[in-house]
Amino acid sequence: MKDILIMILSTFGALFILSSSIGLLRKPDIFLRISVTGKASTLGIGLILVSTALFFNNYSVTTRVVAIILFLFITISIGGHLLARAAYIIKTPIWKGTKIDDLAGQYDDVTHELYSEKHHSSIKPDPTDNI
Amino acid sequence: MSLQDYLNWVIIPILGLSVILVFIRFLKGPSLPDRIIALDMLILISICIIAIYSIQTNQSTFLDIALLFALIAFLSTAAYSFYLEQRERK
Repeated sequence: MKDILIMILSTFGALFILSSSIGLLRKPDIFLRISVTGKASTLGIGLILVSTALFFNNYSVTTRVVAIILFLFITISIGGHLLARAAYIIKTPIWKGTKIDDLAGQYDDVTHELYSEKHHSSIKPDPTDNI
Repeated sequence: MSLQDYLNWVIIPILGLSVILVFIRFLKGPSLPDRIIALDMLILISICIIAIYSIQTNQSTFLDIALLFALIAFLSTAAYSFYLEQRERK
């Protein structure tokens, strides 16, 4: 019974990891790639680690697994946000299908500070076809 | 089919295939942030492989290494994006 549960959880985890890596390979844009990695891989790693905790079934392993899962839940989203902000500021080209870019011209050129009113800075990535 | 066989013949090949796909993005990646996110994803998949390997060998000590890898993944992403942003500043 426990083996069946471990098989099901690890299969779902591995499939989520696989879908996340296919998305990382096929999405047209750096921001879409960061978005894919942030969601699907978090769930996949969580499921595989929960299956490990089920297999060992004692307190020390479960504590470590809960610590890893909580740490990853916090840091994957923070790291994705940091990397997307840096990629926007160095003007990585965005996909041509992007309709709305609300951040265009809102970051200050020198201090990289975000302003909410019209700021007319030059930080504004160009949409391109072939990335 | 026992649990060991299932992990050996189904889970590990799926994870290996995703490592290959992410590594193609790491080699192709047209910009530097693409390579950084692919590197982050490689470390995250290696955490999964370590967890499966600790089930296979029945040793829970490998989960400490997985915790260490999670720390290194966040540290490397934060440091790379910090210096990527600072590079434009003259």
